[in-house]
Amino acid sequence: MTVRVMGEAFDPWRALADHVLPVPAAQCGATAVFVGHMRDVNEGDAVARMELEHYPGMTERHLEAICAAAASRWALIDTLVVHRVGVLAPADPIVLVAVWSAHRAEAFEACRFIMEDLKSRAPFWKKETLPEGSRWVEMNTPGHT
Amino acid sequence: MTVQVKLFASLAASQGWRDKAVAHRAAMSVHDTWREAAGGAALPPRVLCARNHEYCRLDTPVADGDEVAFFPPVTGG
Repeated sequence: MTVRVMGEAFDPWRALADHVLPVPAAQCGATAVFVGHMRDVNEGDAVARMELEHYPGMTERHLEAICAAAASRWALIDTLVVHRVGVLAPADPIVLVAVWSAHRAEAFEACRFIMEDLKSRAPFWKKETLPEGSRWVEMNTPGHT
Repeated sequence: MTVQVKLFASLAASQGWRDKAVAHRAAMSVHDTWREAAGGAALPPRVLCARNHEYCRLDTPVADGDEVAFFPPVTGG
C-alpha cells in the first residue's frame, strides 16, 4: 500500500510505471486505474487555475485507512494513491488510484470504493480562480448512482 | 494544558484564523473547544470535525494535548 500527497505536478502514468509490486507481476491478473484531471470549466464558469488545500497528517492517515479498508474487504495485491495539493492548472492530474488483484472484479470494485471514499471523506478542499475572482468549491459531484 | 484548534479552507477564511491554542479543562468536548476558540461565533452548519486526525462528533471528549480541527465538506479528487 502506497499513499503520496504531492506538492508538485506528477505524471500518473510514470507513477504507475515506476511502482514496484510486492509480488511478481505474473500474479496480477488485473489492474484497475482511475486518474482525475482538473477541468477548465465548473458550473458553467471558466476556471483558470485551482488551489488544493489539505490537512497534513490527517490526509495521509485517512487515505491509508481507506486503502486498508479496501484490502480487508477484497482480495487485493496492492494499492497506490497519489493526490496533488497546491496550485494546479487545467489538465493537470489531480488524483491517481490504482489497484492490483488477481481478478478484475476485486480491482474494479476496490478502485471505485477508494475513489468514492476519497471524494467524500478525505480532507482536501478546492479553491477555483475565475476571471472575476476566486471561490471555494462547496461540494463534489455525486459518484455512486 | 492546552488543546490545539485548527481551521481549514473556507472556514479559516470566514473566521479569519487557522490555528489557536485553548486551555484544556475537565470534561471538555470538541464543541467546547470551538466555543473557546471562536470567541462567541456560532459553529456554521455542515462543518465537520476531527480529533487527532480522525473524524469525530461534537460531543467527543477532548484530552490535554489533543489537536481538534473544524472544516467544511471536503472537495478533493
